[in-house]
Amino acid sequence: MTLKAIVIGLMATSVLAGSAIAQDQIKIGVSIPAATHGFMGGLNWHAAEAEKRLEAANPNIDLIIVTADGPADQASDLEDLVSVHGIQALVVLPFESEPLTEPVRAVKDSGAFITVVDRGLTDPSIQDVYVSGNNTEMGKVSAEYMKTRLGEGDNIVILRGIPTVLDTERFDAFMAEIEGSGINVLDNKFANWNRDDGFEVMQDFLSRFPDIDGVWAQDDDITLGVVEAVKAAGRDKELFIVGGAGMKEIVKGVMDGDELVPVDVLYPPAQIATAMDVTVAHFVSNGPVRGSYILGSPLITQENAAQFYFPDSPF
Amino acid sequence: MSVSAHETGKPGRSFRIDLKTAGPLVALIALCIIGYSLNPAFLSEGNIANILTRSAFIGIIAVGATFVITAGGIDLSVGSMAAFIAGVMIIIMNSAVEAFGVSIWTVLLGCGSSLILGIGAGFINGFLTTKGKIEAFIVTLGTMGIYRSLVTYFADGGTLSLNSSAREIYRPIYYDSILRIPIPVWVFIAVAIIGWVLMNRTAFGRYCMAIGSNEHVARYSAIKVDRVKTATYILQGLCVSLATIIYVPRLGSASSATGVLWELEAIAAVIIGGTMLKGGFGRVGGTVIGALILTAIGNILNLTEIISNYLNGAVQGVIIIAAVYLQRGSLRAGKRKAAE
Repeated sequence: MTLKAIVIGLMATSVLAGSAIAQDQIKIGVSIPAATHGFMGGLNWHAAEAEKRLEAANPNIDLIIVTADGPADQASDLEDLVSVHGIQALVVLPFESEPLTEPVRAVKDSGAFITVVDRGLTDPSIQDVYVSGNNTEMGKVSAEYMKTRLGEGDNIVILRGIPTVLDTERFDAFMAEIEGSGINVLDNKFANWNRDDGFEVMQDFLSRFPDIDGVWAQDDDITLGVVEAVKAAGRDKELFIVGGAGMKEIVKGVMDGDELVPVDVLYPPAQIATAMDVTVAHFVSNGPVRGSYILGSPLITQENAAQFYFPDSPF
Repeated sequence: MSVSAHETGKPGRSFRIDLKTAGPLVALIALCIIGYSLNPAFLSEGNIANILTRSAFIGIIAVGATFVITAGGIDLSVGSMAAFIAGVMIIIMNSAVEAFGVSIWTVLLGCGSSLILGIGAGFINGFLTTKGKIEAFIVTLGTMGIYRSLVTYFADGGTLSLNSSAREIYRPIYYDSILRIPIPVWVFIAVAIIGWVLMNRTAFGRYCMAIGSNEHVARYSAIKVDRVKTATYILQGLCVSLATIIYVPRLGSASSATGVLWELEAIAAVIIGGTMLKGGFGRVGGTVIGALILTAIGNILNLTEIISNYLNGAVQGVIIIAAVYLQRGSLRAGKRKAAE
């Protein structure tokens, strides 16, 4: 009997001690896709930078970053964050909207504060905070720039990403803005946000159309492939290329006054840092943070390029 | 054609092989006619040079895969291996530039390390398959994941880019031509000829077919099965490293997106060309045509807008199946007629 009492007593104290520590330390889980391509590489880097900065500034905040290779993997990550780490808040960039809506809801039901980044869930009522780039604005800003450089009867080609909602939003906004300007869109093809595909699709556009005045590549990885194809064909004097995202090599080129890629349109991988800042602010700030934060997609030009240039980022 | 087969009095053999060669070729010619009718630019000199140069990567890798598959194996790691070799080449060349400055030796050092890595990676696949007694599918599935992760790790999730001054020296390997034929195409031609000789005119080629047909019988026939099988994987690794040597100067970069699905394209090129997936019979010439067919499909889809972008994959699927049916289908018809 006495032994049993001691054991129970010990268990009770350890549980109490455990919860005391948990109260001191606020644990925030950050679940993002693994760095499988340039943009996600940049996003991972910015997440790690934000973790260092926020933990140094707030000793009671513990950020736990986990990366997933697919939606199923990410769902398991979320379960682990709740059961193993006992997180009080979650910052999540869902791999795909549909399959992750229920897993995130389960985290919400455990009482955690939820911040969703970039790709929205099918049920927006789950999230406390939503942080995202603006694909519609990105397409619109790109088209607006095209209109400043080109006019009636000029020809452009478009290289798209992967068939997804995000890509369609960019494309539709671009086409809506370009309509009525007299600029001909010769054709659009998918280049899968990939340099090699960008190179090959552009080569084929070049052999198909003798007169191209502008290229909307809408992504900087594709842009790098397009640049090589155009240079190899010796047609770099007759056209210009508009990319997107804000890759450091492209931003550097814009800063240095590259004529082939004169501008870039921002779709910031650093948005994960914004989301982490807002989530931490929920615990440390006296201001309210709940709501949606839609980040702008400004045009990066030679004048303002310096503020978008992160030489240490892998992207 | 069946009449001539009866006349020669050799029903079957030479006749069947003829059709096997003809199948993929007919598909390629049909594809060219379709391409030209959709857009005459298809047969312009520039576009043909583009197709041939592009098909060199998959083609060279597929020649190696022909040996692996003929000997009854499979190599799923080639795409990741290419990305990995490209990444390491770039790292080595960049550090060589920092240490010794830029010269032609920088590029030669890069190419040399590529060959060593390719042969080494092929040996690992072969050794684990033969001495480790693990199925080739599992070994190469494992190495596929390992190489892909390693290149992502080296690139920090981003992209490895070759030093721009080294790139200036290296660039002509992809972009220049000799006798109006791009250098990558010359490499492809050389690899194809050597592969053809190796498969059809040497004991090694016969051993590959024997092992692929029946490994036990081959073993009893005093063929050093493990050694030959390992050699096929080394050959595959060598082909991957050659393909990488001509790939790197194209964009001067490597990332985790490099070479994705090349393994499936290479295997598809081999099978379209008439090699049996279960092993025992290999056609290097067919493989070359298979690689050209795959590249031509993508090119034609880019040259026309009558097919919805969303259906590209479906069109590729239909053409691949049709090309193989043409070859296997006429083979069946040939057998029936020969049996009459």
